Amino acid sequence: MTYTDYATGEPVVDTKAPKGPINERWDKRRFEAKLVNPANRRKHTVIVVGTGLAGGSAGATLAEQGYHVVQFCYQDSPRRAHSIAAQGGINAAKNYRNDGDSIHRLFYDTVKGGDFRARESNVHRLAQISVEIIDQCVAQGVPFAREYGGLLDTRSFGGVQVSRTFYARGQTGQQLLLGAYQALSRQIAAGNIEMHPRTEMLDLIVVDGRARGIVARDLVTGRIDTYFADAVVLASGGYGNVFYLSTNAMNSNATAIWRAHRRGAYFANPCFTQIHPTCIPRTGEHQSKLTLMSESLRNDGRIWVPKAKGDDRPPNEIPEDERDYYLERIYPSFGNLVPRDIASRAAKNVCDEGRGVGPGGQGVYLDFADAIERMGRGAVEAKYGNLFDMYQRITDEDPYRVPMRIYPAVHYTMGGLWVDYDLQTTIPGLFAIGEANFSDHGANRLGASALMQGLADGYFVLPATINDYLARNPHEEPVDAGHPVVREVLAETEDRLNLLLSVDGDRTPDSFHREVGELMWEFCGMARTDSGLRKALERIPQIREEFWRRVKVPGTGEEFNQSLEKANRVVDYLELAELMCLDALHRGESCGGHFREESQTPDGEAERKDEEFAYAAAWEFNGTGEAPTLHKEDLVFEYVHPTQRSYA
Amino acid sequence: MKLTLRVWRQKNADADGAMSTYEVDGISPDMSFLEMLDTLNEELILHGEDPVAFDHDCREGICGACSLVINGDAHGPERTTTCQLHMRSFEDGDTIDIEPWRASAFPVIKDLVVDRSAFDRIIQAGGYITAPTGAAPEAHATPVPKPDADFAFEHAECIGCGACVAACPNGAAMLFTSAKINHLNVLPQGAPERETRVLDMVAQMDEEGFGGCTLTGECATACPKGIPLMSITGMNKEWLRATRKVSKR
Repeated sequence: MTYTDYATGEPVVDTKAPKGPINERWDKRRFEAKLVNPANRRKHTVIVVGTGLAGGSAGATLAEQGYHVVQFCYQDSPRRAHSIAAQGGINAAKNYRNDGDSIHRLFYDTVKGGDFRARESNVHRLAQISVEIIDQCVAQGVPFAREYGGLLDTRSFGGVQVSRTFYARGQTGQQLLLGAYQALSRQIAAGNIEMHPRTEMLDLIVVDGRARGIVARDLVTGRIDTYFADAVVLASGGYGNVFYLSTNAMNSNATAIWRAHRRGAYFANPCFTQIHPTCIPRTGEHQSKLTLMSESLRNDGRIWVPKAKGDDRPPNEIPEDERDYYLERIYPSFGNLVPRDIASRAAKNVCDEGRGVGPGGQGVYLDFADAIERMGRGAVEAKYGNLFDMYQRITDEDPYRVPMRIYPAVHYTMGGLWVDYDLQTTIPGLFAIGEANFSDHGANRLGASALMQGLADGYFVLPATINDYLARNPHEEPVDAGHPVVREVLAETEDRLNLLLSVDGDRTPDSFHREVGELMWEFCGMARTDSGLRKALERIPQIREEFWRRVKVPGTGEEFNQSLEKANRVVDYLELAELMCLDALHRGESCGGHFREESQTPDGEAERKDEEFAYAAAWEFNGTGEAPTLHKEDLVFEYVHPTQRSYA
Repeated sequence: MKLTLRVWRQKNADADGAMSTYEVDGISPDMSFLEMLDTLNEELILHGEDPVAFDHDCREGICGACSLVINGDAHGPERTTTCQLHMRSFEDGDTIDIEPWRASAFPVIKDLVVDRSAFDRIIQAGGYITAPTGAAPEAHATPVPKPDADFAFEHAECIGCGACVAACPNGAAMLFTSAKINHLNVLPQGAPERETRVLDMVAQMDEEGFGGCTLTGECATACPKGIPLMSITGMNKEWLRATRKVSKR
């Protein structure tokens, strides 16, 4: 049996979303949830893996409620989680601008922006909670941008026509994360959170079908330990680094979610990855990561390429009538503000036509000349100064004088562990929040919605739903290190690391990561085809086989060993990549970030096939290299009726 | 570019360290400093040698993980983070010294990696506003004058990298601590804990073994985020005010 011969299992029927009018569902769920007596909460331990917006806010809130929280991050401090790099902003349906925004409009925009591949109930809840998030963050002292009257400023963002994005210059993620980190710090000081920095989760402990703990490695001493809890929350982020080059942090990885998947948690829509349109193009082979330029730049910058192929004149010498402002031309009503998937694909198309600019023709211009003339340099500097500085530092070019060059790059993964309305995975007691789950963005995420979802999950959703699980599932039997299941999981982890150290081959872990990443970018990137995906599916097991034969990891496991950390993450990328390609192959339609060349309209837009594919694909693991089983969750649209997305 | 690197190697916290010399070739001026070190490490691994350990993560200048003293300067010759420093700032044939942050409150873990958990403990001592989830009033209930909001933001930009400590001849953490105090104390939301915050954070800072401030200003010069030296003056003012107010109670 080859990997492409997957079986289709039982559909996912119960998502636990309440019935009834959509705006009453969250209230209903909260009311129906059982509560844990405040005096009993300290007897419950909850493990939280990750300290980004989702994990940080969840850990702080659970601890405030009285639970005993044991929290982990691989970074040296919880303040460094990669949410910190989010630039643009956070959406909320406050309607402070009186521009026609509402909870329903944010809900509608998110379902439409996700190309009708998200669960309506979840998205509506997200839109409802969005307004509370802003209140919470302001109370914590998050220094959002303000107007002269002292009220909060907002701006518009890609894919929407209202101004609902709150921001803190180009560092919104940093400020929101520090807010969560400070709330977390308060609880650490109060003794309610046992914080383990520089500690990486390597496996999940499942006893009698329930998540009861994790195996984690202290990255300083190398010691591998087991930790136990009544519930485990994964807030470990997305898996974009499978592509090697992405805008993720260097150490962001998929190990926590992949190991949970191997232990029985379904993985949903793995092929839904977001390619962000405005990143700095790569400069050469040495490139270790890509840097994003906030999408907010598209509010004032104009994107163009030369009309003629191979026009290599400097941009300032190309006259106006020889430029093609292609987004404004193709999508007159949204112009440069079309959603990310559309902007990225359009950039790829003009570059494929031979009209790309910069080294290798892999770039398009993002031009601020008009904005500087209209608003003055000072105003542009006030809005985007730090982004312009960053661009100049990396490229050695001055964007106030020469247009920026940008190109799409992997940025975010909409797929992730399948979760129900309670954010619980298919393993009871295992929850996934933030980018680690698949829940709210469908096939494409709108700008400024990742921060919203991370904080909604962590501050408001999970703390309500986990109560219900803990109240209904008291664990009579304590699990400890002597339990046979625990000993087995621990031994498997140790064996895996020892094996990595013993191969002693002739290739570095990074060289394998780069190889699989390039393969994924070529065949499972911005445009995918049946034949390309089959090629990748044939190649990945070969790379995996070669990895276990030729990888070289110096040093030992009993010390600070960054090569070993890396190699262990690559092991999981080499399995996840295969699932992503299979998912992309099986979904014979185009939707959002998933573009299958076989499925497009005559004018080259993505063509969805709702009769066949209006479902979330939740995959069940059956073994390394074994075909997984597909479970479909049918998506029912009661409020937002699927249409072809039009931004023209 | 061809370069000679002299790198601090130290096996673990208890071992003695020393500078080791390496040659690297084929370095592009477009590489970031850390990509240059990646190149060295790939070669070291293939030769069966232990690669140089260093902290890094976002490589966008915002997470604050990277932390190298380059030719004696925290984060090197440009005013930026190590990850945003590019090799075009060096000349072909240069010899470059690479060391970890040097401060007794930041013990070395391995090679160029240091333990900065003291910073986390300073924040835990009071670098927050007590606002449990769910208790927040409507965001527009309390307007914040724009100059105050901008002042708060300017200080909230601190990435906690520790360059200020590494650059300071006394190994003081005044700039880091003052940045957080200024950020929170200027906001109306931060006012109720204004005094305890500054007193507790300064006490924790002293307890961690950071040195005292003699206003040399090296911290603000090294700070990749441009936290101003006046931030320290602001903290001292807050501390004096709090001491007087608390002693009156």
